[in-house]
Amino acid sequence: MGNSVKLATILDIGAGALLAAATGLVFLYAPVEQVMGMVQKVFYFHVATAWVGLLSFIVAAVAGVIYLLGHKPDWDVVEMASVELGMVFLLIAIVSGSIWAKPIWNTWWTWDPRLTTVTVTELIYAAYLMLRSGIEEPERRARFGAVYAIIGFISVPLTFLSIRIFRTIHPVVVGNSDPSALGAFDVSPKMLQTFLFGLLAFTVVYAALLWHRIRLGKLAEKVERMRMER
Amino acid sequence: MTEGSYSTMPPTTSTAFLKAMTAVIWKDLAAEWRSREVISAMLVFALLVIFIFNFALQLDAQARAAVTSGVLWVTFIFAGTLGLSRSMAVEKDRGCLDGLLLAPVDRSAIYFGKMLANLVFMLATAIIVLPVYSVLYNTNLFNAGLALVILLGAEGYAAVGTLLASMAVQARTRDILLPILLFPVALPVLLAAVEASSGFLGGAAWAEVAPWINQLVVYDVIFTAAAFMVFDFVVEE
Repeated sequence: MGNSVKLATILDIGAGALLAAATGLVFLYAPVEQVMGMVQKVFYFHVATAWVGLLSFIVAAVAGVIYLLGHKPDWDVVEMASVELGMVFLLIAIVSGSIWAKPIWNTWWTWDPRLTTVTVTELIYAAYLMLRSGIEEPERRARFGAVYAIIGFISVPLTFLSIRIFRTIHPVVVGNSDPSALGAFDVSPKMLQTFLFGLLAFTVVYAALLWHRIRLGKLAEKVERMRMER
Repeated sequence: MTEGSYSTMPPTTSTAFLKAMTAVIWKDLAAEWRSREVISAMLVFALLVIFIFNFALQLDAQARAAVTSGVLWVTFIFAGTLGLSRSMAVEKDRGCLDGLLLAPVDRSAIYFGKMLANLVFMLATAIIVLPVYSVLYNTNLFNAGLALVILLGAEGYAAVGTLLASMAVQARTRDILLPILLFPVALPVLLAAVEASSGFLGGAAWAEVAPWINQLVVYDVIFTAAAFMVFDFVVEE
């Protein structure tokens, strides 16, 4: 245990330093966007948190598949930890996106494919947590959780596809942007560097938090076992 | 009787699979025919939802043209949820599920049997709701395209709904859990079904509606296949 705690501490410090450096880059290094001004700075953390949200649901679905194949409780802990973190990061992405959308789109919210899909994803994982809390038996809870994580993960891209058929106003920063998208901008090299650094920082923050959440989950399991044995 | 028939391995030939599946469907339909619990509840509930929509949305002739497909689909999925949770709850409460699972048949035959029975309940509700809606609102809903959309949409909904209902029924909070689990996941099916239905009801050409129909077919295949693959994990003990 001692070794892994030391590793976790290194990861924590690294994540904190990267996050501070990313914040510094956003405000001091990246140029202010000409049309949108300061509010464009939201973009760096908005996309980074959305990416981490997506990543954590991929991790959860993969952990679910591995759990169903081998029935090892560790993977259940990974899946649950990842879903919880994904919900937090996705919520940050939604809120920061709203803050950007108010001045740029002149509304807090619009039923655009990405916004809708992200919200449905958030709802699916809220349902996941409710499903888990309704089942006491750990083994069954793990199985059902894994099944729902997989089904939810299959459904989310389909929802996105369905809504994508309508026209979107969300800017596409990477890849071809629809000319009718509002708030699109050309990314300068300095912006791109800041953006990529932000992605890295948030991914490391995610890894650190995941590590702690998994450790917590395992400890909780241990406590549960000790209580049962007594 | 040969020794093989006592083996715990389920028979895997396709005729045995079909036989087990039809047996499950038949069991559900016969039980329903005698009690008429599920379909009558679904039907009354569906009509109530339509009535509530009438007052909530002020469905005059103009408003109706725009929202008919939405009203229909909300009615179908609400009534469908009722049927899904009921059909799994009776299995669970009377210990029938354990009996079913003890039967030496492929578990997926049980899944497909339950799923098709649920689909029949949903379609039966639709068959009664559609003419009633047509009479109440003086519109013509008898449309081959709409019938196809309802068939495809109900299939996708029942496919994922049967799987989730068999999970929800084993949870402590089962009565409130099914819609929460099912609605966000079934959203793509609902979306495509509503779009295709309003296309057909608005008299759009086949070419305009075809993309939505194609999507529906794809979603049906994906959801049925996924549910079929993971169903074993839901019922294993």
